[in-house]
Amino acid sequence: MIPLEWYLTLGFFLFAIGVTGVLVRRNIIMMLLSVELILNSANITFVAYSNYHQSITGQMMVFFILTMAAAEVALGLALVIALYRVRSTLNIDEINRLKW
Amino acid sequence: MTAQLLFLYFAGMTVMGAVVAVAAPNLVYSALALLVTFIHIAGIYILMNAEFIAAVQIIVYAGAILVLYLFVLMLFNPKQENLYMHKQYKVGIFLGVVVLFLMLFAGYRTEILSQGGSYTPELVEDLGHTRAIGNALFTDFIFPFEMASLILLVAMFGAIILAGSGRRRSKGPGGRVDLSRRKAAKKALADS
Repeated sequence: MIPLEWYLTLGFFLFAIGVTGVLVRRNIIMMLLSVELILNSANITFVAYSNYHQSITGQMMVFFILTMAAAEVALGLALVIALYRVRSTLNIDEINRLKW
Repeated sequence: MTAQLLFLYFAGMTVMGAVVAVAAPNLVYSALALLVTFIHIAGIYILMNAEFIAAVQIIVYAGAILVLYLFVLMLFNPKQENLYMHKQYKVGIFLGVVVLFLMLFAGYRTEILSQGGSYTPELVEDLGHTRAIGNALFTDFIFPFEMASLILLVAMFGAIILAGSGRRRSKGPGGRVDLSRRKAAKKALADS
């Protein structure tokens, strides 16, 4: 039997790595990828508590987070494509105007 | 013992894949390292008696989301120079470590009250995990389920509108000029 703390620690590590990725990388696609890591850490935590409390609500949450992640990635990549068409760059330090 | 060894393997591969995904200079390498992470997270879900979630993780995350990323990366082939790390990346890494220790502190200082629910592993094994999920999804969670389908529909429309209408516009900021020029030509044609 694996204790709950191990799963939580794994979720914490994934979250910290994702946050570091969002802060450190300058490519906007890499920032979206790091957000995926953060969502996965939330999923792990939800399933861990669901397993621990013997309730199925946490796994339902994972189901809806998955839906939201799919919608987020579709919209985010569409925005990135539209941005790249207009600005020809993916560097977030260069995308600093509200209107082009 | 076996379960703990398996957990250590899956967790180690997950964390290593995540680190490589964040640190790799090449975007395609990052996406493939993220694939390793997702598949090992599915293994961890199986260790937590969540087989259906594991299957969905592989199908949706590793199958759909990552393929979308790879399509965008390979079709657009964005230039790599000056894109790797932020200038102040040391501050970012420090902040990430701070976040990690805050969460570990909070997680280990909190007392967790366990209350046994109705979905014991024996019940789920008896019923089948997919069936247990389906029972809960179509009775207690029917309204969030419908909202999720609506969100997916709106996201599909948004993606089509944002990314699909680029054929009329030419590349670069001159696209608007082209459109107005075309409009002026049409007007001149109509006037004559």
